[in-house]
Amino acid sequence: MVKSKSAYSIPTKKGKLDTHIFVVWVDNEAGVLARVVGLFSGRGYNIESLAVAEVDAKKNISRITIVTTGTPQVIDQIKLQLKKLVPVHKVANFKREDKKVIFKEMALLKVVAPKKNIDKCLKSCNKFNPVIIDKTKKSIVIQITALRREIDKMNLKLKPLGLISTSRTGAIAMTRGAEIFN
Amino acid sequence: MPKLLTGAEIVFKCLEDQDVEYIFGYPGGAVLPIYDELKNHETVKHILVRHEQGAGHAAEGYARSSGKPGVVLVTSGPGATNVVTALTDAYMDSVPLVCISGQVPTHLIGTDAFQECDTTGITRPCTKHNWLVKDIKDLSRVIHEAFYVSTTGRPGPVLIDIPKDIQFAKTSYSKFKKEKKLNGKINNKFSQSEIEELINLISKAKKPVVYTGGGVINSGPKASESLREFVRMIGFPITSTLQGLGAFPGDDNQFIGMLGMHGTYEANNAMHDCDLLINIGARFDDRITGKIDEFSPKSKKVHIDIDPSSINKIIKVDLAIVGDVNEVLRATIKKINKKQNGLKTSNKQKISKWWEQIQKWRTKNSLGFINSDKTIKPQHAVKRLYELTKNQDTFITTEVGQHQMWAAQHYKFNKPNRWMTSGGLGTMGYGLPAAVGVQIAHPDKLVIDIAGEASVLMTIQEMSTAVQYNLPIKIFILNNQYMGMVRQWQELLHEKNYSESYSEALPDFVKLAEAYGCKGIKANNPNELDEKIREMINHTGPVIFDCQVDPNENCFPMIPSGKPHNQMILGPNDQEDNRITGKGKSLV
Repeated sequence: MVKSKSAYSIPTKKGKLDTHIFVVWVDNEAGVLARVVGLFSGRGYNIESLAVAEVDAKKNISRITIVTTGTPQVIDQIKLQLKKLVPVHKVANFKREDKKVIFKEMALLKVVAPKKNIDKCLKSCNKFNPVIIDKTKKSIVIQITALRREIDKMNLKLKPLGLISTSRTGAIAMTRGAEIFN
Repeated sequence: MPKLLTGAEIVFKCLEDQDVEYIFGYPGGAVLPIYDELKNHETVKHILVRHEQGAGHAAEGYARSSGKPGVVLVTSGPGATNVVTALTDAYMDSVPLVCISGQVPTHLIGTDAFQECDTTGITRPCTKHNWLVKDIKDLSRVIHEAFYVSTTGRPGPVLIDIPKDIQFAKTSYSKFKKEKKLNGKINNKFSQSEIEELINLISKAKKPVVYTGGGVINSGPKASESLREFVRMIGFPITSTLQGLGAFPGDDNQFIGMLGMHGTYEANNAMHDCDLLINIGARFDDRITGKIDEFSPKSKKVHIDIDPSSINKIIKVDLAIVGDVNEVLRATIKKINKKQNGLKTSNKQKISKWWEQIQKWRTKNSLGFINSDKTIKPQHAVKRLYELTKNQDTFITTEVGQHQMWAAQHYKFNKPNRWMTSGGLGTMGYGLPAAVGVQIAHPDKLVIDIAGEASVLMTIQEMSTAVQYNLPIKIFILNNQYMGMVRQWQELLHEKNYSESYSEALPDFVKLAEAYGCKGIKANNPNELDEKIREMINHTGPVIFDCQVDPNENCFPMIPSGKPHNQMILGPNDQEDNRITGKGKSLV
């Protein structure tokens, strides 16, 4: 720690950091995302990725998926603090390693290259449900869905082949089988 | 077709439905329609402050001393930003406040209009919840919801931002009915097995201590009664945080004083050595725990709190009971009574050794100080003030600093809601406006702000409010010409480099009092102190009392930074062999 005269106490030993995915059901109203995100920044939690959209237009419910890291104690606090927000209905969280939960990210990849390279790109995307969204003689836009680290890898792999632009969503999550989050 | 009401009328309808008697506010362009409507509503009285921060603190004082939510009315822009300190203060200390702010008309929002600011954006982190009302149809629902959110669960401030055009717009008003629970935010579902477990721990304990906080006060006067019954039943020693003072009688033998950074020797040692710690409505604040790693190392810990996020936030506990303090205590008392399994007697025997130990610690007399017959010692001044006011129901507010700690140490509170101080945020300038609010709630009671000369100057303008409403508040200033707590830390931790902690120019407080149109009294030496205090108490109007105290006095005991509870610095006699060295210095 920097020798600061205004520190309050010695920081206790940091525990092991886990990556958790939080799924938060909120009223879709003005400022609700700011409340959730402000809670994270205000209390010093970090956000690795964020995905949010309305999922129930009738009930006006949005679903926010946040990937974050923290010690078990911090993860606990995040959950309890989120639950205190008035527009929050429900909070679920699980470890990234949890086998019962699927989580996916989508990415759009634009490659500008000769046909030979474009074909190579498409081929290496094969594992990740590639969809060709736009194609010209010189370019292609491929949509893939995969895990974060897989998209990271694809990014590196396609760069030399002419990848010029990547746009990706935050992770979203769903339980396997008949169960739902609660 | 029902009668159509304007937004401004709806605001007052809602306030009337919520039984609001007083609002603390300051007018301005964006709330003029609401102010215009004020004259039509006799039951709602407006207290005009001199600064919006004063309105907020006055509402806090009102809320804390009466148990009802405080209501604040301010204008847009600077009106709203000025109230932010008070909202944050209320948020930290869980005080129910409902703040209504004006906003520029909806079509001007986002255009950097005159006196526009992003009020809901600014106040989002310092309120439980806030609303920007953009549709007149939402207004009454939002206001009632605001009162509900503010006063239920762990109380706190809320803010409703109402654009000026909404205040003019018309709609029908439907009578307020209790709404469904908001997303189940109230947590009061503790189980009987948790109560059983608590009783089990109580019956096994040999060295127990009860540690209570502001949650007991917030749970209502009944909770204090339950606490007294519970603590007397189990016979345990009890200590309290700054905010919890008054929940248990301060002059009771079972009460071992306040704990924490400036708590008593016996309370902090009991916390450190205990084998069972029962936290009732407190939150393990850093001024309480000291060094976390060495906090109460040998104890089983129980935490009773209405806010689930308080549990395991700082200190891991063995048993958590989420619920309202009074209800948890009632359930526990009921169960102990029902069992009658000899717990009451056998348990007291088990802990008799523990009490002996506590008596030994008590003999240290950690609140002792060396009195003087030449200069007024600040502790002596507080003690005299206590002795001369304890025969009547007195309400004490404070500012923040040494005087606040001396007041907490030497003034004994016997009832809840008699002690209003800024603990969480530590807001200098809290006490004077808070006293205004307290006096509004209790017009016939004695209300004293134990103040420091530096703190009180931050909100001194509210004397003008006190004079306007003839509120006989007494501002008892322990004047040492220093920001005393800053000076104390500089003395102990920064090689006596008294950087900017001395006020070279101070007003003549007696003349200042006269300028405001109230009475000024000055006491220079201990001989005249009692007589002057009596003069202050007997005066029927507001008083500023300039008590000239020893400028070099320090507040002890003190847990030096980076040290656990059992390594405190005691008074001047003990100090030489307990210097704060190296590492501790950086940790205050």
